[in-house]
Amino acid sequence: MNPITAQIDRHAQALSLLSERQKVLASNIANADTPGFQARDFDFSQALEQARGNPSSSMSSTIAKPTAPLAHDPGPNTPTVNLMWRTAGQPTPDGNTVDLDRERANFADNSLRYEATLRFINNDVKTILSAITGQ
Amino acid sequence: MSLFNVFQISGSAISAQGKRLNVVASNLANADSVAGPDGQPYKARQLRFEADYLPGSEVAGVKVNGVTETDAPLRKVHDPSNPLADTEGYVTHSNVSVIDEMVNMISASRSYQNNVEVMNTARTLLGKTLQMGQ
Repeated sequence: MNPITAQIDRHAQALSLLSERQKVLASNIANADTPGFQARDFDFSQALEQARGNPSSSMSSTIAKPTAPLAHDPGPNTPTVNLMWRTAGQPTPDGNTVDLDRERANFADNSLRYEATLRFINNDVKTILSAITGQ
Repeated sequence: MSLFNVFQISGSAISAQGKRLNVVASNLANADSVAGPDGQPYKARQLRFEADYLPGSEVAGVKVNGVTETDAPLRKVHDPSNPLADTEGYVTHSNVSVIDEMVNMISASRSYQNNVEVMNTARTLLGKTLQMGQ
């Protein structure tokens, strides 16, 4: 891994996991009225550790792939996450375990983290650029 | 990029909730109907929602699996002067419960709003991602 961009790579892994979590939370919110739907989520810190544990599966492989994956294809740059089921707060007659308030809070929290990570990357890029230009 | 799938997921939910609102509108419009096109009284309809899993993925959008007619008892009103009254003078109205339908409408409209908000957030985040490094 290039030492100059190592820091950015680390943030990129977090960014890719955050976008994956955003998708899972969107799926929970979308299925808030579906009978029998079980809400899903994953342990973010564990998934990040896993992604950082084997660097070959993350950024270096996506750069090597010239073709972009299709939207519905999980693709090589989709991080593998261990999806788990949420424990139901209150039982519902139709077996749905989505707690809309909790999902919305998680969604807002996740968006904020995504924006923060983006800002970290932008600042890292600015730092490197200022080092390159030397001004 | 997983954020693109958010549009697919929330889009399917918006479409499903829109259909639910349509059905509510149909039920409310026919709350006082005496007879449907087949001569039988109108029966309230409900949509069946089903999780629609994205190919090769564990996350799901929503799809409408079908429409069911509710089997609540039909409402009978004593009105002997009505030409549709039976031999005992009762007219059979639809089985639409206006209260249920209003609750259904509010629930559908809130879910619709939630999914629009999810889509907007995903759009904002993608826009910011596009500006990354500039």
